[in-house]
Amino acid sequence: MTLFGDPATWLPLTFAALMGLSILIYVVLDGFDLGVGVLFPFAEDTEKDRMIASIGPFWDANETWLVLAIGILLVAFPTAHGTILTALYLPVAVMLIGLILRGVAFEFRVKAPVQQKGRWNMAFLVGSLMTSLSQGFMLGLYIMGLDVTLFTLGFAAITAVFLTVAYSFIGATWLILKTDGSLQQKAVVWARGGIWGLVLGMGAVSVASPLVSERIWGKWFSIPEIFLLAPLPLMSALLISLLAYALRHLPTRNDSWAWFPFVATIVLFVLGFFGMAYSFYPYVVPEQLTIYEAASAPESLFIILIGVCFVLPMILGYTALAYTIFRGKATTLSYD
Amino acid sequence: MDALLLSRIQFGANISFHILFPTITIALGWVLLFFKLRFNATGDQKWMEAYRLWVKVFALSFAMGVVSGITMSFQFGTNWPGFMETVGNIAGPLLAYEVLTAFFLEAVFLGIMLFGFSKVPGWLHTLATFLVAFGTTMSAFWIIVLNSWMHTPAGFEMREGVAHATDWMAIVFNPSMPYRLVHMLLASGLTVAFLIAGLSAFAWLIGHRTAGTRATLRTGLVMGAVLIPIQILAGDMHGLNTLEHQPQKVAAMEGNWETGGNVPLLLFALPDEEARQNRFEIGIPNGASLILKHHADGVVPGLNDFVAEDGTVLHPPVAPVFWSFRIMVGTGMAMLALSWAGVMLMTFRKITVNGTRRRAGIDGLPMPLLYALVPMAFSGWVATLAGWYTTEIGRQPWLVQGVLSTEQAVAAVPAPFVGLSLAAYLAIYAVLLVAYVSALFYLVRKAAKGEGVTPAAPLAAHAPLPAE
Repeated sequence: MTLFGDPATWLPLTFAALMGLSILIYVVLDGFDLGVGVLFPFAEDTEKDRMIASIGPFWDANETWLVLAIGILLVAFPTAHGTILTALYLPVAVMLIGLILRGVAFEFRVKAPVQQKGRWNMAFLVGSLMTSLSQGFMLGLYIMGLDVTLFTLGFAAITAVFLTVAYSFIGATWLILKTDGSLQQKAVVWARGGIWGLVLGMGAVSVASPLVSERIWGKWFSIPEIFLLAPLPLMSALLISLLAYALRHLPTRNDSWAWFPFVATIVLFVLGFFGMAYSFYPYVVPEQLTIYEAASAPESLFIILIGVCFVLPMILGYTALAYTIFRGKATTLSYD
Repeated sequence: MDALLLSRIQFGANISFHILFPTITIALGWVLLFFKLRFNATGDQKWMEAYRLWVKVFALSFAMGVVSGITMSFQFGTNWPGFMETVGNIAGPLLAYEVLTAFFLEAVFLGIMLFGFSKVPGWLHTLATFLVAFGTTMSAFWIIVLNSWMHTPAGFEMREGVAHATDWMAIVFNPSMPYRLVHMLLASGLTVAFLIAGLSAFAWLIGHRTAGTRATLRTGLVMGAVLIPIQILAGDMHGLNTLEHQPQKVAAMEGNWETGGNVPLLLFALPDEEARQNRFEIGIPNGASLILKHHADGVVPGLNDFVAEDGTVLHPPVAPVFWSFRIMVGTGMAMLALSWAGVMLMTFRKITVNGTRRRAGIDGLPMPLLYALVPMAFSGWVATLAGWYTTEIGRQPWLVQGVLSTEQAVAAVPAPFVGLSLAAYLAIYAVLLVAYVSALFYLVRKAAKGEGVTPAAPLAAHAPLPAE
């Protein structure tokens, strides 16, 4: 245990990194399938089936990353888990009901009598919206240090909208990758419409974070940190310009570059995530509780870590297998 | 109402709704593997017909289980922060292992099992089916370990009010775990046996008398008839284990107030906690002593032993435990009667076809039995819920027996918030339960109308048919 120095230092850090990784994977993976749900009202009924087909084999595993992230919070930082989740009681309840609605709508829309399909499509949309909006709302409140004032609620309302737009953007780029024909053309149009929301959302978070926290201001705008951090906004700006350019020219005749918007959006999400992680470290509850103060007993973390080392590579492996099996354009979803 | 009671009702509602679906998927995964292997071995289309219908039931149940399960993982933090703060060092790793070794496995391979039939080689599809079944069972294993530890905690020490693990083997294999795990896995098997038998009987009654319906009706009845005696034995052993570790629970189950011998087995009674006695008792003399101690004057613990000198009640509420236990046992008896009657009739009734006498099989089942099987489709749910209520209410006032009381663990969330979320959950659960049960019957009716039924030509199995 002394191999890497004091376990009371590196174990919390390792688990914070694992939790961060799970949240990042969750935001990317469930981000695109929530986004596809949010885009539902813009599509024709036949296109809806194809949109579902593009996420059908994946959504379940995508949501499991949320369970892992919340599980690590629960397991590794129990006091923070209680503080955060009780502070976010109502938005969490809204999110859970949203997740229930959309999860079952997947199944019911094709297994209940066909006359009810419209209703379950509606449940899928409403569930996806509830989930995205409440996640954005929680993100906003978290950035504001979990304080509840009129101002923080207003900010959270804004991040709720922007995260939903960001999810629908990555959802549209997923559809560009996974579909063709008129649906793909529509997805390009949707993505063009969504990119401004993405810019405004990342901008709002970037402006607000240092303004609400002097500590974050200090971490950003001091020398030499400002030079080390500069690549994050610069790369983001470059990627957004490239995305805007690509979206003007997609879809190409031979469908080349259809992967680009999705991959570029993932990189954008990753950059945004690192910006956030850098700003909030070492706090797990902003300005209140650090990961070191909140961590569980080392012997319990150690026994989980052993499991993680063996199992996480396997999970990543068979997840990759599933994405490989269902690669290419999505066709009708069929059990046969 | 205060936040504690509302939180308890909410957690009870969430976990009751949740358990309905894993109870189905745990065993149905293995039954699907059985159908698949039978098809691989015989090439008989009836097994594929069975697989096709029941894989849809599995997918629907699985989705219901996943989304209601996500709710559970958040409730620890939103409503019961004291649980993780006190025993997080034990509960945490167990939950983490459940996510890591079960959730991802079943979620990823479910995608391949459902939608990969024409995209992957046959062996990989069969392997995916196996891994999904294995994943659901692993999930049951870890969560039962944690639940059992809450009943019979072992392998830990308390330091400054927080539990620390000292022996992981003792934690995992805590005294009640093997009994509870076996009892729950068998409960899942019985739930699925009667679900299959019940829905197949329904298909039969609406005229869908195909080889596939015969195969599933037979599978369900035989499975039920084989599992129910084992379950009765396992339940009895689990009860003796509870007597050893949680005597106050057994006292409540038996409705026995005073410790002593020659305790009757009560068939009916209205336990009155105010007067601390039963009203309108009907019982079999010495029954409880015989079951629990194997002789007529065996001493059975009484509830009055679990009242502190200052009057604090340290035993669970009696009436709910007493009655849920009887509902569970009664449902089990109905399962025993029906499945054994069915199997006997199928085996010993003879019919004459084209001049030769042969075993009647499904044709030997009389109409009343078939009609009785349809409502029994959900008997497993009733028994499972009643059993869980017995054991979980029976653990009160403790959350972790002897370590943490339920009251200490509850969150300081305002009661109106809990009331609001509870009302929303109850409304949505009611809608989903109705939608789920109607969807099951609709799937059977749709299969009966011809959609999804495979034509006779063997090659047609691989022709792409729309799943729905």
